[in-house]
Amino acid sequence: MHQLQDEGQIVNGGAAGERKDAESKSAKLGRAIVLTSGKGGVGKTTTTANLGTALASRGASVVMIDADVGLRNLDIVLGLESRVKHHLLDVLEERVSVDDALVPGKHGERLFLLAAAQSREKDEVDTPKMQALVASLRERFDYVLIDSPAGIELGFKNAVVGADEAIVVCTPEVAAVRDVDRVVGLLGNRFRPQLIINRLRPQLVRKGKMLSVEDVNAILRLPLLGVIADEPEIIVTTNRGEPLALRATTPTGAAYHAIAARVAGEDVAVPMPPVAKASIFERLGSIFGGKRR
Amino acid sequence: MIEFLKRLFRQQSSSATAKERLRLVLMTDHLELAPEMIEKMKHDLVDLISRYVEVDRERIDVTFERQDATLAMLANIPILSVNRPNGNGAHKERPEPVAEPRPAEAVASLAPPAQADSKPRVRKRKRRKKASSTRSSSPSPA
Repeated sequence: MHQLQDEGQIVNGGAAGERKDAESKSAKLGRAIVLTSGKGGVGKTTTTANLGTALASRGASVVMIDADVGLRNLDIVLGLESRVKHHLLDVLEERVSVDDALVPGKHGERLFLLAAAQSREKDEVDTPKMQALVASLRERFDYVLIDSPAGIELGFKNAVVGADEAIVVCTPEVAAVRDVDRVVGLLGNRFRPQLIINRLRPQLVRKGKMLSVEDVNAILRLPLLGVIADEPEIIVTTNRGEPLALRATTPTGAAYHAIAARVAGEDVAVPMPPVAKASIFERLGSIFGGKRR
Repeated sequence: MIEFLKRLFRQQSSSATAKERLRLVLMTDHLELAPEMIEKMKHDLVDLISRYVEVDRERIDVTFERQDATLAMLANIPILSVNRPNGNGAHKERPEPVAEPRPAEAVASLAPPAQADSKPRVRKRKRRKKASSTRSSSPSPA
């Protein structure tokens, strides 16, 4: 039952869907931001986890929705995989309430995860219900971050349907930039997409072996939200399920916090990853008498 | 030519190559994603050329071709007739085919429209040098 309603772009706002548990709560709406990229493997999930963590550490209430149905990953990056009992489709199909499915983060009470269903498929998500779910979560949280799957098919459309803003994640590669360009074209102006450049290697840029931030954005021409270096510590923290944003003192952790500040509307500069003279291994090598790896 | 020699003697950095490839691929993508823009451009192009010569609107062919470092637009526009050199026919929206009534001198049209295949053709080549990453060309909302 593929029902790609409209091929060209995502029209939003028509089908309001039924709002279940949210008559009484009104006040101000939170922001629903989709993180997307077109291409897979550029770091959408890691970015979502870190942005959510950084926003929560600023005092905001955050819920992260893993919209990558069938390939659940956000729980792993956040270190919450053992605590997931129910998933997005359980909620959309009304088997459990949202509150039963929300997994609190390990650090602080303001961060929650709604995991994707691992054993289901993307086209099983009911688009209007997804939209209604995001709308209801916006009434309870300051931020609803939606981690989109790769691609521009139904999974992407379902991830985008409830959002009103987009953050596109791009690596400095030809294929990634091309895909982001396509996604931005599909999103249109309504989502006011902003750009995070991920996995930048300043040394390679300096040597002319990698596209620079300027190169990428000369083409994409999007508001730059942040630049994240390709750091080994990201791999290490992902191994442990502890987002790097928990360590705000590291350069990359600080970069995530700067992104969070900019998302929150603060006028802070985009920190550029420093160009190290020599890598950490080279420096260690020289300290320990030339024991190189 | 200079470009070619430069490339021959100096190895381009891989990031410069990436930039170049990206620029070209996006131009091609944007064109592919905007068939209605190409239609409109074709139309405007024909309107412009029709001010000077009469062309066969039905058989205009516009294609895009990648040629090493650039994207070229190739327009194949069959000409039905050419207006008189005194410029009377210029700036007409659509000149009448074959014999135009006003001036008496018989500078007849180059060929009757019936044998359109053997017409002289305008071959337009536009080279696009600068990156024009206009997003307006991708299908964005109305």
